[in-house]
Amino acid sequence: MSGKIISPGADRSAVHGMIEKLPELVNHDAALLRRGRYLDLDVLIEIGDVPYYVSIENGRIARLDRGPLLMRSWALAFRGADDAWRQFWQPFPPPHFHDIFALAKAGQFRIEGDVHPLMANLLYFKDLLAAPRRLAEGVR
Amino acid sequence: MAAMIEPIVGRYANVAVAGRSHRIYFEEAGQGIPLVCLHTAGADGRQFRHMMNDPAITDHFRVLAFDLPWHGKSSPPDGFQDEEYRLTAAAYVAAIRAFCAALSLERPVVLGCSIGGRIVLRLAIDHAAEFRALIGLESAAVQAPWYDTSWLHRPDVHGGEVCAGLVSGLIAPQGPASSRWETLWHYMQSGPGVFKGDLHFYRAEPDWSVDLARIDTRVCPLYLLTGEYDFSCTPEDTARTAQQIADARVTVMQELGHFPMSENPAQFRRYILPVLDKIRASSGAI
Repeated sequence: MSGKIISPGADRSAVHGMIEKLPELVNHDAALLRRGRYLDLDVLIEIGDVPYYVSIENGRIARLDRGPLLMRSWALAFRGADDAWRQFWQPFPPPHFHDIFALAKAGQFRIEGDVHPLMANLLYFKDLLAAPRRLAEGVR
Repeated sequence: MAAMIEPIVGRYANVAVAGRSHRIYFEEAGQGIPLVCLHTAGADGRQFRHMMNDPAITDHFRVLAFDLPWHGKSSPPDGFQDEEYRLTAAAYVAAIRAFCAALSLERPVVLGCSIGGRIVLRLAIDHAAEFRALIGLESAAVQAPWYDTSWLHRPDVHGGEVCAGLVSGLIAPQGPASSRWETLWHYMQSGPGVFKGDLHFYRAEPDWSVDLARIDTRVCPLYLLTGEYDFSCTPEDTARTAQQIADARVTVMQELGHFPMSENPAQFRRYILPVLDKIRASSGAI
């Protein structure tokens, strides 16, 4: 079952279309769901100036809402420009765009909020955030 | 059908390092010029299994890889339960030299990756005459800390999983999934606090750049190879180090990251074989 998607307004770049596939990509990935099975968290993924609120329940994306939605709370945020996400989601990203910490170290991503759930579920988060790469590969 | 038995043999050496006894596990394969391989932080000698299974290497080199104390199948020393493991350059150099002496290796080549890549610079600075050639993978004289390593060892985060998660980003995306995950598995198996203790070696040691000018590559050639996807020790970090050494040979390896020998062995082979050929040619081919 895919999460509910609210999509006001038109996408300004392909990356916005890619993130809206995130619930489907994650929720059909049994190995990823198993890896994240103990995780419940509200996460913010910001692409340029567009916030996406991702509600994770037992590793499954229960909701993905496109913002801005005032007063919507989140515990952990990943923020980057459209181009940083676009490069990150290529099947074979170039060096420094291939990993969330590489992007953060290069100043292309900001990782904010409570880092503990990220570090406790690091392999899960890395695979979740990289999941849209599979769209370009035509896997799904 | 008979099993394919690999030519790798593993044994234990009881070696005193800086006055303390250690039970050191090592593997080896091949014959010829001794080639001692140093694993990355928080891992073990299994990273070199592909080199040890490659006749193009083992026909000419006796490839050896030992697990540093606390790593792999090498035990931590007696009393480890009451101490925090912290690697220092002095202890690392002592372990390498003790291992080479214990096995009576005559002017071995030393190839090290990551912390092993950095320590070969120390060997080049202080002990060049003992070695035939030195190869630093993902090597730099200085690496500024770029993240909070306290996450690597605390009771509310699984150490093996977080270590694997962290280093996963240092692997180039082009390599085979099986090699990526085998590389990560080694990190998942590391003892608690060991990866963090290895990284102490970067933080505690001063910038060695001032010593690099003392390296004489006529005494011992130095090869530095760094993967383009390594954002921990970047090609630029290696280049800065090499600029201060007369005749250090630098190669940037495409489609490789921080673990070239284990993350994509076929790709790494394209870069390491020519280096080993040069070493063999200049040391009077065996």
